Amino acid sequence: MTEPTKPTSTIESADAMPPPPRDESKASIAWRELKKAPFTAQFGILIIITYITVAVFAPVLAPYGESEIVGTEYDVWSNQFPLGTDNLGRDMMTRLIYGARNTVGIALITTLLAFFLGGTLGIMAAVLGGWYDQLTSRAVDVLMAIPGLIFAMLLLTIFGTSIPSLIIIIGVLDSTRVFRIARAVSLNVVVMDYIESAKLRGEKVTWIALREVLPNIMPPLVAEFGLRFCFVFLTISALSFLGLGLQPPTADWGSMVRDNATLITYGDITPLLPAAAIALLTIGVNFVVDWFLHKTSGIKDEY
Amino acid sequence: MSKKVGKKLLEINDLLIEADIEGEWKPIINSLSMTLERGEIIGLIGESGAGKSTFGLTALGYTKPGCRIVSGSIKLDGVELVGKSDAELRKIRGNRVAYVAQSAAASFNPAHTLAEQFTESPVQHGKMKMSEARKRSVEMFRLLDMPDPENIGERYPHQVSGGQLQRAMTAMALGSDPDIIIFDEPTTALDVTTQIEVLGAIKEAVKARNVAAIYISHDLAVVAQMADRMMVLRYGDLIEEGNAREMLANPKQEYTQKLLNVRSQRVGRTGLDEEDIQLNVENITARYPGTNIDVLTNVNVNVVKGKTVAVVGESGSGKSTLARVITGLLPPSQGSVKFHGRELTPALKTRPKKDLQSIQMIYQMADVAMNPRQKIKDIIGRPLEFYLGITGKQHDDRVLDLLRKIELPEDYAERYPLQLSGGEKQRVCIARALAAEPELIICDEVTSALDQLVAEGILDLLLNLQKELDVSYLFITHDLATVKAIADEIVVMYQGGVVEQGAKADILAPPYAPYTELLLSSVPEMDPDWLDNLVEKRQRGELPTSESLGQS
Repeated sequence: MTEPTKPTSTIESADAMPPPPRDESKASIAWRELKKAPFTAQFGILIIITYITVAVFAPVLAPYGESEIVGTEYDVWSNQFPLGTDNLGRDMMTRLIYGARNTVGIALITTLLAFFLGGTLGIMAAVLGGWYDQLTSRAVDVLMAIPGLIFAMLLLTIFGTSIPSLIIIIGVLDSTRVFRIARAVSLNVVVMDYIESAKLRGEKVTWIALREVLPNIMPPLVAEFGLRFCFVFLTISALSFLGLGLQPPTADWGSMVRDNATLITYGDITPLLPAAAIALLTIGVNFVVDWFLHKTSGIKDEY
Repeated sequence: MSKKVGKKLLEINDLLIEADIEGEWKPIINSLSMTLERGEIIGLIGESGAGKSTFGLTALGYTKPGCRIVSGSIKLDGVELVGKSDAELRKIRGNRVAYVAQSAAASFNPAHTLAEQFTESPVQHGKMKMSEARKRSVEMFRLLDMPDPENIGERYPHQVSGGQLQRAMTAMALGSDPDIIIFDEPTTALDVTTQIEVLGAIKEAVKARNVAAIYISHDLAVVAQMADRMMVLRYGDLIEEGNAREMLANPKQEYTQKLLNVRSQRVGRTGLDEEDIQLNVENITARYPGTNIDVLTNVNVNVVKGKTVAVVGESGSGKSTLARVITGLLPPSQGSVKFHGRELTPALKTRPKKDLQSIQMIYQMADVAMNPRQKIKDIIGRPLEFYLGITGKQHDDRVLDLLRKIELPEDYAERYPLQLSGGEKQRVCIARALAAEPELIICDEVTSALDQLVAEGILDLLLNLQKELDVSYLFITHDLATVKAIADEIVVMYQGGVVEQGAKADILAPPYAPYTELLLSSVPEMDPDWLDNLVEKRQRGELPTSESLGQS
């Protein structure tokens, strides 16, 4: 017999990858990645940061109060009112800035709620399987079978159009899609031996879901979060445009388009500005999501 | 390009191939040369990462995505392949050079019958008419000794066995009358008993058509049966080249000697005192939920404390299911599992922590047995915290202690599984099992995914740990070489039942049970004449075959 193989013999260690540099902080790694990112992703991140800044510092940045009537109706662009005034004589610029806070903030909370609900139920469905999976999956099928916007309008008319009910209704309706994706990606993970190993160890379901499954399905979930955020955002704007979303006098991009829509007939582009704000954020988020998906899934484009 | 008429069929000179490894071009084949004459079979041997597949595939003028040929020449019948366009190469591939891949199941289209797939290429290329191609397929299926050659072409890939599929693929490769066939580990995914049949059929067919072949494998004993000449590769370098017989009889390089020595048999341990029976599997019958076929029927297995019991059998014999029953993943329909004479509850969920702790498991694929998002210290540390309630400084010390036990450096604690090699990953899995301080460890094919020398290291480690900790192993494997190396007792399983159980010396010595004899005789030996002799003996009826077993 030959000598027993040494643990770190060249045979074994040679095909192991080199250890990563460890003396680097997470922030500097993130910064390095960002610099390497394609132009579109950098642009997207810039947009998102700008929106967040505007939303957070809205009272500081805005020249007037949120629903303060400061001039005549439909005033043109001037030094006093950089983007003119709206149908009630409120400063357009101010309302755009506050709109970022309201619309983006509510969309964010709604998306988080949808992910909390859908994610938890979806992972559980994959881990537990059996009747629990059947029950939740069929319930989700039923919810998804009803056209989303109409269902949301129906529920909003029943429960009233307050901000909490808006958040809960859209959150619950959107969680169905999160449920599906969370369940689907978790199903690929729960067949792994390390899950079986955890079950053999006697781990509880919550440990398996949070510590074993969740970290492995984060990339698709984060990507989905970006996309879902856009859709929630658009849904809220659409509902507001229809008069069922955020109620006046709260500044909101969707209702701002509706309120000032008549101006378009006169060749004034002002009512399109809130719509452009929505479009820009959606594009920005999608750029970032795209880049993130690319990085985590290892897809390589031919440039 | 001037056309030179050379005697050699294939001439590869000073070939340098680089691969894109994380954005950097690094050489993976270092100036290798090879010549192949008509009717000659050359064996390429090496462990994973040796570059044997990359090198073998260059005969097609092909490199895998992310690889490039930097310099050197590949001449097929005097025609240079390096620098040819894809369209020109495509004419050569399939016509003059054919390829047989490791996984036939992945290479066939499941939606078409074997005959449809056989005839597609020659008919498409306008080489044959449909009726000719059909006739040809029957001829080839017969040449490869497939059952019912006239009609087997009407079957879909899933309707034939793995061994038959591999033969069908060889038939397809031979169908276009190529000059060279490249076999890339064609029998690695097969059971030993099936491997024999496929090897025999391939060898005969290749001889009959007088084609040259490049045979790529990590298994020296298998290559020894096939090849006239062998090249031993390692990390893209040639270690040794020469006549197969000479090399086996008298290997010059240390590395080749090591590869040869791996298969030598170890003496089983004796003098172990009876009869502290630890695990007692009694009359187990089990089936998977929703099916009505018993995967296990009336299985009895005993494990004595501190000993290694090897459960051996081919795929589908129920040996992994047995592990699932013991661990409680699959409650049996009849029978019981006793641990130190006390019956364990059938289902995992109702077992107390103490029972779970005393039986641990190690898996075949270390890659998927560890959560890729957890650090090694968390993977090893979890059982400490979970079963023994050890936390804080003591916990970290124990993790380092375990790393030392499995002979890995301490700084591996901070690594992720992806940063480890296959053998190192399996060591970490062993450490995780040990962390629970178990009395019995079930090892399910723990070395079958590893290279021979690495597997050897793992087996050594397991044996050393057993000496130190007096833990028992239930060692599930299809590889008899592993059984010989590690077992004290052997359980032979066949089609869901136990054929025999006994001490290693008794099982591995005559008189054999017929199935045991079939298994034992199917393990390739380092003797180049082994396959021919075996086939002859089986034909004369001196040794059992799968068919003769099936009839009895």
